Amino acid sequence: MSDVFTVAPEGVSPDRDAVLSQLGIPAGTGLSDRIEGLYAQAIGVLAETMAPAGVIAEIPGGDFDAVYRGEGKNAPATPVALIAPRAERVALFAVTLGEPLSRAVAECFAGADFALGYTLDALASVAADAVACLAERRYAQSLRDLGWSTPDGAVLRYSPGYCGWDITGQRRLFAALRPEPIGLTLTDSCLMQPLKSVSGVLIAGPRAIHRFPPTYDFCARCAERTCRDRLAALFGGAVQ
Amino acid sequence: MPQLTDLADAIIRGDHAQAGALTREAIGREMDPKTILDDGLIAGMTVVGDRFRVHEIFLPDVLLAAKAMYAGMDELRPLLIRDGVPSLGKVVIGSVKGDLHDIGKNLVGIMLKGAGFDVIDLGHDVAPEAMVRTAREQGAAVVGMSALLTTTMPVMGEVVAQLRAEGLAGTVRTVVGGAPVNEAFAREIGADAYGFDAGNAVDVVKALVGRR
Repeated sequence: MSDVFTVAPEGVSPDRDAVLSQLGIPAGTGLSDRIEGLYAQAIGVLAETMAPAGVIAEIPGGDFDAVYRGEGKNAPATPVALIAPRAERVALFAVTLGEPLSRAVAECFAGADFALGYTLDALASVAADAVACLAERRYAQSLRDLGWSTPDGAVLRYSPGYCGWDITGQRRLFAALRPEPIGLTLTDSCLMQPLKSVSGVLIAGPRAIHRFPPTYDFCARCAERTCRDRLAALFGGAVQ
Repeated sequence: MPQLTDLADAIIRGDHAQAGALTREAIGREMDPKTILDDGLIAGMTVVGDRFRVHEIFLPDVLLAAKAMYAGMDELRPLLIRDGVPSLGKVVIGSVKGDLHDIGKNLVGIMLKGAGFDVIDLGHDVAPEAMVRTAREQGAAVVGMSALLTTTMPVMGEVVAQLRAEGLAGTVRTVVGGAPVNEAFAREIGADAYGFDAGNAVDVVKALVGRR
């Protein structure tokens, strides 16, 4: 299965609390009128400039193992190394918000509209993540359409650069996925262009296979801990 | 000098139009450009920085204030150059080769300028040779490097090594930052300092310049 898709900008809703968190503003903080105005302005620019698109391609579990091993630089023990062998279906994916949005951010900074540029960049990061969530749901739905009926089945994504999967893993992922049709390329330093993009693997299987404790060596250095939020969403409550 | 208090207030409010107008007005009254800079623009940004440190305001507020300061500086810069008013020091900044992320680096540059430094921003994907050459040619006090990828972090070490090879270590100080960078990495590559965020980078650079 290979699926190239686009998403209408109005179908992407960046979570406000997540955006404010990116801006360094704690949840529940009352915003001044000028920051509210800035936020609204940035939402408008985001809607005008983003062109969300994605690609999802299924891959046999054995082939994914080779992709995941990458250039042999992953952490010695990782969650995905334990989760992937228990998966029922696996797909590589990439999503992007497109180059015009990145240009809009750069133009804000070049024109001394720093606050707008910074707010737009934060919105774009959260929006890219929202499109990756849509890819998760899209893959899950496509599996259900094909008769996937695992009780308590769930799809969750994992990306190079996180959870012990070395960023150099992007090279094999891109070689296998070929996301060029959505305008996505990889630099020599494994950076995706356009910048506001997300890539990785979608792992489908019983919900329970995704549960892992944040006790790996790299967890101690991780400031984001978004895995906890994603697992909490999957299991419907706080996950330690 | 009430008009400079007003100018500082315009900076604090992030009112760039008013900041530009009040700076022009102060210049028109033939006030000393260095006084306008210190008691108007930098005084306003200092209050903004203090409020930011105690979480009274947030980064977007600081950036609105920075835009107002830039509006004032656009008016004042030719006079500061004419009078030979020195900045706190020249700082060369850039995201290292292979890295195209530059939001964090931009924030550092904006805050350094707000604090009174002369910032030479080389942009992103900057080769070590370009950083070292610019630092040498411009007589920079500090080179600030940003990386957001583990694959590009080693380039920071190359810059430090090249500065050393050219006999500039100790004259040109180095500060590193970015999501995967930490204090231990800075020590490992021989950088002089690590800045954990844009506000901290300003304090770090001030300390580096102060101990030269």
